[in-house]
Amino acid sequence: MNFDDTPQEAVFRREARQWIDANAPKELEAQLSKPSVGRVKLEGIDIITASKAWQKKKAAAGWACLHWPKEYGGRGSSPIERVIWQQEEGFYDKLSGVFLIGQGMCGPTMMTYASEEQKRRYLPPLASGEEIWCQLFSEPSAGSDVAGLRTRAEKQGDEWVINGQKIWTSGAHYSDYGILITRTDPTVPKHKGLTMFFLSMKSPGVEVRPIKQANGMQEFNEVYFTDVRIPDAQRLGAVNDGWNVSLTTLMNERLSIGARVWTGFSEMFQFCSDFVTENGPALDDRAVRAKLAEWAVRHSGLKYTSYRSISALSRGERPGPENSIGKLVSGTMMQDIAMFAADLQGAAGVLTDPKLAGVAGQFQAMLLQSPSNRIAGGTDEILRNIIAERVLGLPGDIRVDKDLPFNQVPTRGRKG
Amino acid sequence: MNFDFSDQQKQLRDEARRYLTEHSSPKAVRAVLDGGAPFDQALWKGLAGMGFLGVAVPEEFGGAGAGHLELCVIAEEMGRALAPVPFSSSIYLATEAIMLAGSDEQKRRLLPGLASGQSIGTLALFERPGNPSPQAIAASVAGGALSGTKVPVPDGAIADIAIIAARTASSGRETDISLFVVDLHDKGVTRKALTSLDPTRNQAEIVFQNCPAEPLGAAGEGWSILSRVLDRAAVLMAFEQVGGADRALEMGRDYALDRIAFGRPIGSFQAVKHMLADMYVSATLARSNAYYGAWALSTDAAELPEAAATARISATQAFQHCAKNNIQVHGGMGFTWEFDCHLYYRRANALAVALGSLSYWEDLLIDRLRSRNAA
Repeated sequence: MNFDDTPQEAVFRREARQWIDANAPKELEAQLSKPSVGRVKLEGIDIITASKAWQKKKAAAGWACLHWPKEYGGRGSSPIERVIWQQEEGFYDKLSGVFLIGQGMCGPTMMTYASEEQKRRYLPPLASGEEIWCQLFSEPSAGSDVAGLRTRAEKQGDEWVINGQKIWTSGAHYSDYGILITRTDPTVPKHKGLTMFFLSMKSPGVEVRPIKQANGMQEFNEVYFTDVRIPDAQRLGAVNDGWNVSLTTLMNERLSIGARVWTGFSEMFQFCSDFVTENGPALDDRAVRAKLAEWAVRHSGLKYTSYRSISALSRGERPGPENSIGKLVSGTMMQDIAMFAADLQGAAGVLTDPKLAGVAGQFQAMLLQSPSNRIAGGTDEILRNIIAERVLGLPGDIRVDKDLPFNQVPTRGRKG
Repeated sequence: MNFDFSDQQKQLRDEARRYLTEHSSPKAVRAVLDGGAPFDQALWKGLAGMGFLGVAVPEEFGGAGAGHLELCVIAEEMGRALAPVPFSSSIYLATEAIMLAGSDEQKRRLLPGLASGQSIGTLALFERPGNPSPQAIAASVAGGALSGTKVPVPDGAIADIAIIAARTASSGRETDISLFVVDLHDKGVTRKALTSLDPTRNQAEIVFQNCPAEPLGAAGEGWSILSRVLDRAAVLMAFEQVGGADRALEMGRDYALDRIAFGRPIGSFQAVKHMLADMYVSATLARSNAYYGAWALSTDAAELPEAAATARISATQAFQHCAKNNIQVHGGMGFTWEFDCHLYYRRANALAVALGSLSYWEDLLIDRLRSRNAA
């Protein structure tokens, strides 16, 4: 049992480190290396411009989308090399956030279902960051139950005509392309009438409207489709087989193993080490110590759980299901930590002014943002279902709408 | 990175599981529970025969000379099977203390007996309710003779030798404490078996009246040795707890699949599924933290103190969480003597306080993280 690289891994790590040392945008180092409580803000340069510049440089030298085949803009690396790259890239990976959905979810879906010509056209610029992709799945009435979506696609000649609305689309406002799941047959049960496409976000009839979130920020969008026309050649998978296609996308979301675990614990420990209450240093307070210890073991548990998965990759094996606990644990932790940090500050805990609030209001920002961590990418409840069903082998939920034609599924909750 | 046990170590785990499934069955555990004997002597001899007791003891002292990672995988299986034997007292505490602080002569004299199971050891630390602390030790050694009372002493009713923490000075500093080895068959020893939460592991009160006490380690270094012994035991016991937590989770899962209510398996209700998913989360965190402890223990890493506290807290929480919710999943049947759920519940709660309570280890962890951060 050790944390050491194999000789080949060590060679790869050295190569990656040398390249990063020589090429990373050092002018951003000071800003990027600061703890950002889950949010990246840059002064003096737009994050997308900075991200694209770094991604382009990486791609030119063969360090983009490492695990993709070379002909599609990748490096043909093994999963463990990808993890080592992430470890070495360190805080510069904050410049990869805008590409995450496209490269992590849309790319693999294109890889599996697009034509060879399409792959050669679309994957390299997706890898190099020249083109950004988004994922158009959720709808106002189809969140956790995404198969309940209602955006229609109707065939007219060689084209499909799209009408409907998507929501929670991260990055739609700066994306060039998107993968889109639609309903093509409402007369069959809901999972059986879906079809997947990809389209240009510049297509006539696509309208992106930002959503103002509960924390005042705007990171998500609503996307409206009015008579948007998509060539049949941009269909991914068979007609009415979109559910299976979407599983490829979603499985990739859950397969990604982060090189770093972020829970807010380290920042909280530092805060409690520095903060002095009316009774003395916060770190001497029994109640504070008990909570910190609880978070410390959760943080450590996540870190070493990911090390176990990385070890499996290093042996060339598929990681076990243990990594499925990550977001479930960290989501709640972030919220609890933020609430406790505000609580420690007493009445001043209400302040968000960076000049007055402790640690520049980072915990207050985290407090307002944290509800979304327990919802986006699978709610806590859906994640528990997944663990119960896929890991523990418990029966699936009894679904009353599973065999009903979609157009007969009840749509209203409250009776009367 | 290879943050996992080797194939050989995994084979050893499988071997231990097979052996314990057969020889530490619920029936065997219940024989001790029902008061037939203070421990399962046949199982103890069998474990010795398998070489499990001395797995981490060097060959020159009568052991198998494997290592602590091998001991960790065996510990996990001991916990899983609720083995009703003095494994933790004799191996994690007494054997570790002697390996850590004993002279060459002491190792040569004491370890072969412990490794072969012919001699059972324990650590007699506690004297009253509360956590480990030099101030809580009143037993004292003067002129080579020990007097005082230790309670509770785990496996104290059956042990042959005890490592004793006793006072050798009264300056109020931790250097007042020294460690000793004491023969529990001495005529000055009076033992009384005590009833406890977990009758599958015995507890005793031991009164010492002028018993010959042989120093272990240098005078005045008892507390620092002890805290290192407790760290090592915390990692090993964490594996027992992880084994127990996993088994309790499996029992709950299996019952949720079998039991039908309202016309469907109860495991199809989200209230039950989510409870089991949360148990899986606890057990997974605890396992990963225990691995961290195992790495630190086996490499004698500088992080051992914080890794041990982390492993200990996480494993205590996981075993308690899984054992109590296993009963909950079983409903009324889980609260019967007949079902095995209470065996895990008893063991989980006994181990939770065995080396000092959760809050004690939480305090240690914060102190240790603080000094690492300051360094």
